[in-house]
Amino acid sequence: MSTVESNGDKNRIGLTLNEYKGAKSTLCPGCGHDAITGSIIQAAFEAGIAPHRVAKLSGIGCSSKTPAYFLGRSHGFNAVHGRMPSIATGVFVANHGLTMLGVSGDGDTASIGLGQFLHLVRRNVPLVHIVENNGVYGLTKGQFSATADVGSKAKSGRVNELMPIDVCALAIELGCGFVARSFSGDPKQLRPILRAAFSHRGTAVIDVISPCVTFNNHEGSTKSYLNVKEHDAPLHDITFVPHYENIEVDYPPGETREVTLHDGSRITLRKLEEDYDPGDALRALEVIHRGRQEDKFVTGILYLDPDKDSLDADLHLVDEPLATLPLERVRPPKKVLDEVMSSLMTGGA
Amino acid sequence: MSGTINDFSIHVATVNGSGSQTANTTLMRAIFQMGVPVSGKNLFPSNIAGLPTWFTIRVSDRGYLARRRANDVLVAMNPETSVEDIQAMGPGSVIVLNEGLPTPAIPSDRTVYKIPFQKLVEPLVPDAKFRKLVVNMVYVGVVASIVGIDPDEVERALQAQLGRKPKALETNLAAVRAGMEYAARNLGSSPFRVERRDRTAGKILIEGNDAAALGAMFGGITFLSWYPITPSSSLAEALQGYLERYRRDPKTGRATFGIIQAEDEIAAIGMVLGASWCGARAMTTTSGPGLSLMTEFTGYSYYAEIPAVIWDIQRVGPSTGLPTRTSQADLLSVAFLSHGDTKHVILLPATVEDCYEYGMESFDLAERLQAPVFVLSDLDLGMNVWMSDPFRYPEKPWDRGKVLTAADLTRIGKFERYRDVDGDGIPYRTLPGTDHPLAGCFTRGSGHDERAKYTENAETYARVMDRLAKKYETARTLVPPPVVERARGAEIGILAFGTSHWAVLEARDLLTPQGLETSYLLLKAIPFSKEVRAFLESHDRVYVVEQNRDGQMAALLKMEYPALATKLRSVLHYDGLPIDAQTIVDQIKNREREGVLAR
Ligand SMILES: Cc1ncc(C[n+]2csc(CCOP(=O)(O)OP(=O)(O)O)c2C)c(N)n1
Ligand code: SF4
Ligand SMILES: [Mg+2]
Repeated sequence: MSTVESNGDKNRIGLTLNEYKGAKSTLCPGCGHDAITGSIIQAAFEAGIAPHRVAKLSGIGCSSKTPAYFLGRSHGFNAVHGRMPSIATGVFVANHGLTMLGVSGDGDTASIGLGQFLHLVRRNVPLVHIVENNGVYGLTKGQFSATADVGSKAKSGRVNELMPIDVCALAIELGCGFVARSFSGDPKQLRPILRAAFSHRGTAVIDVISPCVTFNNHEGSTKSYLNVKEHDAPLHDITFVPHYENIEVDYPPGETREVTLHDGSRITLRKLEEDYDPGDALRALEVIHRGRQEDKFVTGILYLDPDKDSLDADLHLVDEPLATLPLERVRPPKKVLDEVMSSLMTGGA
Repeated sequence: MSGTINDFSIHVATVNGSGSQTANTTLMRAIFQMGVPVSGKNLFPSNIAGLPTWFTIRVSDRGYLARRRANDVLVAMNPETSVEDIQAMGPGSVIVLNEGLPTPAIPSDRTVYKIPFQKLVEPLVPDAKFRKLVVNMVYVGVVASIVGIDPDEVERALQAQLGRKPKALETNLAAVRAGMEYAARNLGSSPFRVERRDRTAGKILIEGNDAAALGAMFGGITFLSWYPITPSSSLAEALQGYLERYRRDPKTGRATFGIIQAEDEIAAIGMVLGASWCGARAMTTTSGPGLSLMTEFTGYSYYAEIPAVIWDIQRVGPSTGLPTRTSQADLLSVAFLSHGDTKHVILLPATVEDCYEYGMESFDLAERLQAPVFVLSDLDLGMNVWMSDPFRYPEKPWDRGKVLTAADLTRIGKFERYRDVDGDGIPYRTLPGTDHPLAGCFTRGSGHDERAKYTENAETYARVMDRLAKKYETARTLVPPPVVERARGAEIGILAFGTSHWAVLEARDLLTPQGLETSYLLLKAIPFSKEVRAFLESHDRVYVVEQNRDGQMAALLKMEYPALATKLRSVLHYDGLPIDAQTIVDQIKNREREGVLAR
């Protein structure tokens, strides 16, 4: 059932790469989404995530089918179109010990699901929210999505004139503590981003440009493989050092920035053309806007705030998952009912 | 009509936002404290302040709690409606009128008391701003005096509400006394009198939404998501109040519940599904427009078999409709909510006790059946105060349904999410987080087989749908059965559900002396249990009483029992006001008369 050959090596919890795979993909050969699936499998394997602790979530679309193709041992919830965020919110409150990994599409997130997406970010629900962004609705055969770039040409020859919705910019605007953009064809960049996102305590938005080979890979499309490769402008080289590894990353001084995540893991960013501070939201928005003006896909970790409180701090829940609390913890004793009843009992004799 | 004791209605017409709620509640509670059964119905506009509002207190020795069409004592405080309010009063009635209000010509067989409310309140409240609020307490004093409510009980009732605000209590009490003194000096006593009884001792007064909230708490709710909408908000808010008080550890501040005020009803139901999927006891509460938004996820819940509890406190539709009026017109849309072949389990509370019980039972059923379970209440039940016996503490533990743990999986060695292992149409599930290699499962709303694998196979699809139909048959045996009261030899049966119950009780008492003996079936749930067919079979004519235009329950009965369809007749009421007994009596008598003529 696997799509990638396993090397037989085991990770820190004793599982092989194979044990992070899922069912065989049914997407078009060459679809960007499959490459992202590969990166997810690899990142989860490397991170040594226990599959039973993961809840895979998605909406509807070609992209949203992919959770069936990775982490086959995990529970998955393939929801309705655009509504993955509400499922994630319920899952989190019911069992905040789970790691939530969500896959959505650009239609799923930026059109029908835009409202839920924004509220997810606003509540800071700890979900790794991957948007597999191809600029079209793949599953309904190639209509423009709301992330289509101005001037991008559809297969039919129609040109999009409407402003694209940039999910990263929106997420930053709402205070999302982890915002990144990447490219399905750059697993070297995507994998450390995913691993860092697994360690983040709060919503992690990862917009991954993921070409649709069937409906949006022609000349004139801004999200074709060729065009994305030519216009990919990475901000930095990313190295992820998990909290359980004590590795020093060896770069010449002044070339790197390091951010420590909530669980003690570290992200090291080595500067490429210019020094970029992912802790500066205004700068991040500027870079996104400038990139759009210059027809560049600015990729990398755009914004990071590892210390933001997530939804559980607001709800102040008990440590154990609510879902499995025993009856005596959730049914108050009879004296409580008696107390309420007598307060309502004012009848006379 | 003269000398009526403990059998009349007081109708108070005020302006929304004028603080009349406390005044009306005081009157109602004072009567209740005198041992006399009362009911209160609040008829309010969809507005925060400034529009007309009415409150009707029915005093009934016999314990009738339904709305009555005619009122006996009017308190007219609203200049906008006073002409109409007065015109609606019949011969023999008493009209307490705020001096200076516009009035029509009033026939001499009505008793009119013009009261200088403003003058009475002025010396008590120097600040003109607050007079508007306190003036209502003057009519409490006047009414109490003319109908004979014990002043001590009025004081007690007011204390119960304002006890924590001594300053306000003092001012309001002074206003009540001013009204009483004025009435004693200037007015006679009305022919409508309250006399002490012992019929409310040990009883409680509570709103249906409050009762539902208590039920949910004792049912062990762990997750609530909701979006504000009248008339369901008070359920969520009451629940929040109880949970904060009784389910948050006072020492650590930690909660055994999560509440999310969602961004809309689609998100609210989505959150419920996410939480239920993990094993939480999750519910949402809504009303018409919100229900419509929940449609797609309801189908998901049905097909992917995820428990969900959804309270629909019905109001008048379609569209925004009359948001603050009552109705039973969501029945058909709830019964089949979603595209595709679906049919849902619905609980039909008629009393506040039902609201409490179903607050618990809905969770047991949803988890047992792995399906959405709707509780179809209405504004009349949810937002009005009802007299009831106190609620019983649950004796049973709880039913968490068929959930396999890691130990179960090791023992069985196999897991197929959608296999009907027990022959009741209900499969087994595992919860996310279960530490076992077999536990994982991919939940989807697209076609799936017994192993939860994607399929578009024709036979498999049909097989899954047939199993879901079988599960619905199992539900038939699990839902609360109807309450049946057979009158010996009666040819006529009455079938009702929800708040129509109260008007039916009274209507039957009115019909019997007119030679129309009736049996009665109070339906408590859908799908129909076997008693329903037996009831239809054993009566010549069955009147289905419901508060909607198209006879929605009758339609469901006809679908289910086509061979018995000719026995069914509809008694319908759909103007947004709670149904009254006379409506039922009139419609049944008319149809019976037609029948006699035809014979
Ligand atoms: C409520 C609803 N409306 C419409 C659809 C049809 N539909 C299925 S997938 C899809 C668009 C998916 O686009 P995207 O999220 O970008 O995913 P992609 O296929 O491109 O990966 C639409 C409109 C649906 N499933 N549900
Ligand atoms: S249609 Fe496009 S998005 Fe869908 S599977 Fe094919 S290539 Fe991928
Ligand atoms: Mg797309």
